[in-house]
Amino acid sequence: MPEQTSNYLATLAQLTEKVAVELVYAAPGRDEGLLPVNSLLSEMEEIGASSPLLSPLPQALARARSAVDAAFEKGCFETSQIEQLRVWVNWMQHALTLAQANKPLPPLAVEAPAAAVVAAATIPLAATLVSGSASAVLPPEEPLEMNIESDGELLREFINESGEHLQNIELGVLTLEENPTDADTLNSIFRAFHTFKGGSGFLNLLPMKNLAHELESLLDLARNHKLTVNSDIINVILEGGDTLKKFISEMNHQVSGNKPVGPIVVPAQALLARVRVFIQDPGAVSAKGHPASAPAAPPVAAAPVAAPTSSPAPAAAAKSDAAAHKESGPAKSGANAVVKVDTQKLDSLVDLVGEMVIAQSLIAQDKELASLQSQKLARNLAQLGRITNDLQRTAMSMRMVPIRATFQKMTRLVRDTVARIGKQAELVMAGEDTELDRTIVEEISDPLIHMVRNSVDHGIEMPDVRIANGKPASGTVQLRAFHQGGNIVIEIRDDGAGLNKERLLAKAIEKGIVKAGEQLSEKEIFNLIFAPGFSTAAVITDISGRGVGMDVVRKNIDKLRGKIDITSTLGQGSVFTISLPLTLAIIDGLVVSVGGERYILPTLSVRESFRPTSDMLSTVHERGEMVNVRGRLSPLLRLYEHFDVTPESKEPTESIVVVVESDGADRCIQVDRLLGKQEVVIKSLGETFKRNPSLAGGAILGDGRVGLILDVNSLVKLRTEAPSSKAP
Amino acid sequence: MATSTQEPQTSATSANSGKYLTFVLGHESYGISVLKVREIIRLMDITSVPQMPPYVKGVINLRGKVVPIVDLRIKFALANAESSERTCIVVVQVKTQAAASAFMGFIVDGVEEVVNFSANEIEPTPDFGSKLHTDYILGMAKIRGKVKTLLDIDRVLTNEALEQLTQASQAS
Repeated sequence: MPEQTSNYLATLAQLTEKVAVELVYAAPGRDEGLLPVNSLLSEMEEIGASSPLLSPLPQALARARSAVDAAFEKGCFETSQIEQLRVWVNWMQHALTLAQANKPLPPLAVEAPAAAVVAAATIPLAATLVSGSASAVLPPEEPLEMNIESDGELLREFINESGEHLQNIELGVLTLEENPTDADTLNSIFRAFHTFKGGSGFLNLLPMKNLAHELESLLDLARNHKLTVNSDIINVILEGGDTLKKFISEMNHQVSGNKPVGPIVVPAQALLARVRVFIQDPGAVSAKGHPASAPAAPPVAAAPVAAPTSSPAPAAAAKSDAAAHKESGPAKSGANAVVKVDTQKLDSLVDLVGEMVIAQSLIAQDKELASLQSQKLARNLAQLGRITNDLQRTAMSMRMVPIRATFQKMTRLVRDTVARIGKQAELVMAGEDTELDRTIVEEISDPLIHMVRNSVDHGIEMPDVRIANGKPASGTVQLRAFHQGGNIVIEIRDDGAGLNKERLLAKAIEKGIVKAGEQLSEKEIFNLIFAPGFSTAAVITDISGRGVGMDVVRKNIDKLRGKIDITSTLGQGSVFTISLPLTLAIIDGLVVSVGGERYILPTLSVRESFRPTSDMLSTVHERGEMVNVRGRLSPLLRLYEHFDVTPESKEPTESIVVVVESDGADRCIQVDRLLGKQEVVIKSLGETFKRNPSLAGGAILGDGRVGLILDVNSLVKLRTEAPSSKAP
Repeated sequence: MATSTQEPQTSATSANSGKYLTFVLGHESYGISVLKVREIIRLMDITSVPQMPPYVKGVINLRGKVVPIVDLRIKFALANAESSERTCIVVVQVKTQAAASAFMGFIVDGVEEVVNFSANEIEPTPDFGSKLHTDYILGMAKIRGKVKTLLDIDRVLTNEALEQLTQASQAS
């Protein structure tokens, strides 16, 4: 007997033993033992899902499941169900002993009476639905009620976890669209609904439980090849996921106290009815969708279908048969072993590691140690340095998550948008595995949704227009993420109409954002779409109305210390490029010095730095100073004056000016020296300095002292009020 | 203002009994509740922060935390003195308006000792008229014939108090 088989037989035997113990407590009309039995049975089903069970074990499990489900339906056991389960336990114990001794398994007893009762109970309802009166007699919507007082913590956990399951469902469905027979995906969706059912049943959230139950049954049929997945089924599953999501979000509001507590009603009956029709008559669906594959349902006794990666050869063969010509795709082993950790702990770990790096560099640069000139010491120090660097990298990477989930949302978005507005577009993604700080991934989601929707809604033309312009009827939106020079770049590229410069300019003048006759570079014109209120008016379609909310997009990206650029060619499409820092905890900084003070400027906002010559400088009223940077005038800010420190030199020609930009405006900042570029961990300066607009934060520099990170935005936009602290 | 705060203070003095860390500023002796004190460190390099009132000396790196440092001499408008061997920084945990507690440090000329003051050793703050705002003073403690001013360090160091003081110093 293969080792694997004996393994699961032993586990099943143990679980059966536990079920037997639980059943001792079961009594008609009570629910004692129901939950434990349910979870034990789920464990068994999990085993069944991950390894092919000997026949007729799967059927036996299904029978127990129907009894337990029936009990759940009522909320308590009935005599017949207890009886049935006890008979089942006896059979299991007998069968498993035989199986472990490598003897043939006994046949299952003839259909137990309770199962027949369950079947009878569902048929009348389904019959009315199938007979075509589905829309006419829908039962009233069932309200969902929570007991926040007693279940608060459980509810919160359920809500948290369900988010993950819902996402799995959505991702799974999208995979199914491409490959409807993918057993792994079917299983993962099935499991997600199953867990959902378990959780909602436990918390007595009946409407959710019922819906999840029906959807689970539907998927069960699909994964047992009794039902062929087609677009109708996929839509029903998606809708089911959405309905559950609505419940969850409503629950979330109530649990977190944003809304008053009360029964939640989300329309689900119509959907339930549709699902039931599919379940009752899988053949009809198959015949409608894929006539050829209608007889696909194999005899139940055939080799079990759930064929995971680790399954023995015959089952794998069966799977590849089923997938036949479809590209079955690499089995997604998305279930990496994961530990959930409080983000605060992570943050403090990152902090500590940052400290350690500084301490390490203090030791490495220590002059006394260096004067020892010991080779052994030097070697050990180098080793310490390597380890701290590795440690830092690992600590940082712990906050990183792939952007995949966010990108996957876009697939759904494009699919929905396209369906709604009657265009044809395809989303092509690349670099979904690029990792970003968790906070950034969360924050970037909304701007991305907005921009991708814009690209489809306004960028891509209608199919007939596209054909007339010699393009394929279906547009393409490319979403890419990649690393570039210490930043993460997310690119949204469409092959649509592109931005119309003249129209943009005309609109900006009409809106009073730009004065007529003003000379603007191409980039500046494109950047107009980020101006607040640029297109609050009705959307002008052929300049693509991209201004709707683009100022918000820009603001969000600024908040993440990112940058957004646009390039566009009329008639050929536009590219939106967002560069983001890898993480919010660290910035790449340019360390400059003024007198004895050191300041850090975020490298992302530094454009260039140089020593000006006297002919580059000019003044207005002998006060407003400007630097001529290759024909472009940029105001000069003497940092020593602004911050009231004594510089090495007051003359700009003996200093360095750093050109910084923010929000499209720029300013030359005069400093004494550039000390170098360094990655620094940002530390909050706290309440005391919150009112100081010039500072964005602090950072511990290599020598253990604090360096101040300057807020470029406020330096560029210098308030009208003069620097106030002139007095010592 | 001084009269309005008089009453609660009288009743508060008994609640103010307990252990105090006493320290010297110039010729005067002050005390703060020892429960507020996190640590006492030697004077170290302070990174000055621009555009702040003069009594905010800057920030230091306290094992990875950025901690703001206030010079109490300048803040209380005392005569300036050179820093000596005994000069040190007392790091305290204060409650800011945002309810979160934060670390802050202040420079003193030297710490003395930890003393237990009973309620009858603490007297309410006398009324100095408009010459001095006293709402950040908990009371006066007498010990061995000397008087020590007990400070409500939360109020001394938080922004609200800072602003009041700035206004006061500007007015004077």
